[in-house]
Amino acid sequence: MNDVAQTRIGGGKLEATLRRGDFAVTAETSPPDSADPARVLERAGMLKGLADAVNVTDGAGARAHMSALACAAILARDGIEPVLQFTVRDRNRLALQGDLLGAAALGVPNILCLYGDDPSAGDQPDAKGVYDLDTRDLLSTARCMNQGAFPGGRAISPAPGLFIGAADAPRPLDENWKPDGILAKIDAGANFFQTQYCFDMDVLRRYMARLADEGITERVYYLIGIGPLVSAKSARWMNDKLFGVHVPESLIARLDGAEDQRAEGRAICAELLAELRDIDGVSGAHLMAPAGEASIARVIEDSGVLVARSPAV
Amino acid sequence: MYAVRRWSVRNAGMLEWLYNKFFSLLMRLHPLFDRIGYSRLEAPMAAAERVIKGFMFDCRMCGQCALRSTGMSCPMNCPKSLRNGPCGGVRLDGGCEVIPTMRCVWVEAWDGAQRMDNGMVITLVQDPLDQRLSETSSWLRVTREGNMFADQESEGRD
Repeated sequence: MNDVAQTRIGGGKLEATLRRGDFAVTAETSPPDSADPARVLERAGMLKGLADAVNVTDGAGARAHMSALACAAILARDGIEPVLQFTVRDRNRLALQGDLLGAAALGVPNILCLYGDDPSAGDQPDAKGVYDLDTRDLLSTARCMNQGAFPGGRAISPAPGLFIGAADAPRPLDENWKPDGILAKIDAGANFFQTQYCFDMDVLRRYMARLADEGITERVYYLIGIGPLVSAKSARWMNDKLFGVHVPESLIARLDGAEDQRAEGRAICAELLAELRDIDGVSGAHLMAPAGEASIARVIEDSGVLVARSPAV
Repeated sequence: MYAVRRWSVRNAGMLEWLYNKFFSLLMRLHPLFDRIGYSRLEAPMAAAERVIKGFMFDCRMCGQCALRSTGMSCPMNCPKSLRNGPCGGVRLDGGCEVIPTMRCVWVEAWDGAQRMDNGMVITLVQDPLDQRLSETSSWLRVTREGNMFADQESEGRD
């Protein structure tokens, strides 16, 4: 695995869980349209003690909400470990570097480096997308700063010691596929990957086997994105509209046949979560559901994945 | 070109007159533009605008031309792209804070505005740029929007 300095600021529970080899669970929360910190904790608080870390989205859907950094700091203060999502859409490199240090100073140990939805997808499509860096640049900036210097060379002391994440999307691969994109992110500094939704475990098994062949799962941790589907209709919508997402017909049929589709969606998700634990190369799960913190919490409890883990340190 | 850009500001009054003539011509061409199709005209018109305004004003094709409101001095040439007046860094000799050898585009704009009949529209606050319009033709947009407005006006009278 990528080396991260031993004595340092940062060093969170998520990283410790993964290093121990335990199955890790992360979940996602979205910052509120509110200036009240209690609103942040209302939602993410439900995940306390269940998720090893909680991802805080950064202007998801290219809409403004409470700042992800502020939201992550509120979580950290309350004992909920955040994974702060960083997009390159809204800030130039100076702001990104400042926020990387600021995040570490506020008790944020993990970041996820993302490109971000384009402003044209949001509710203020006339806004300017910054894109001073791309995601790979952001990864290497974070690693450089972890090693004690700004990209310009000026020293940082102490270094932020961030656990650095990147995104990926498990999908069917053809023979000629090359893992260049993933390797580039690893070489730039990624310690772990959190993925887009993957509901098709057969596709995932083949994907992870392929990554293992390439030596990738030896070098980084993979947390696979899943979530409680709310209805057959929403699953079909995801197949049509969410790039790279495929909900198998068998799951859609199960939702269709269920009396309570939401409950069935949670049951399916809990099963997938338990199944993920036994797939080679998978280090954990990343649970996502828009405004669905409560149902994510129930899924984690129902799946029983936390029961078999070594006692928390 | 810098020298031409400065000439344009010195002749802002004449360019205002010319623009007003040109604008009413554009407005009269609307039925023709409509028949040809605005989308089909977009590329050639944007190209013409880039060449002509590029030569005259060092136009940056923001697609939301403000020259009439900025004394014929293009605010996109400001290194900070300020569209609502100068920053605090203007030098005593009127030079730009970032590029000292260049006159502040807003010092120029104020100068140009004094030479125009309707130059005091420089005091009106410009909305933030709509980034989607970048590289598109401002002329076509004002023609279409001007005619839409005129249509609504006449409908309102009926």
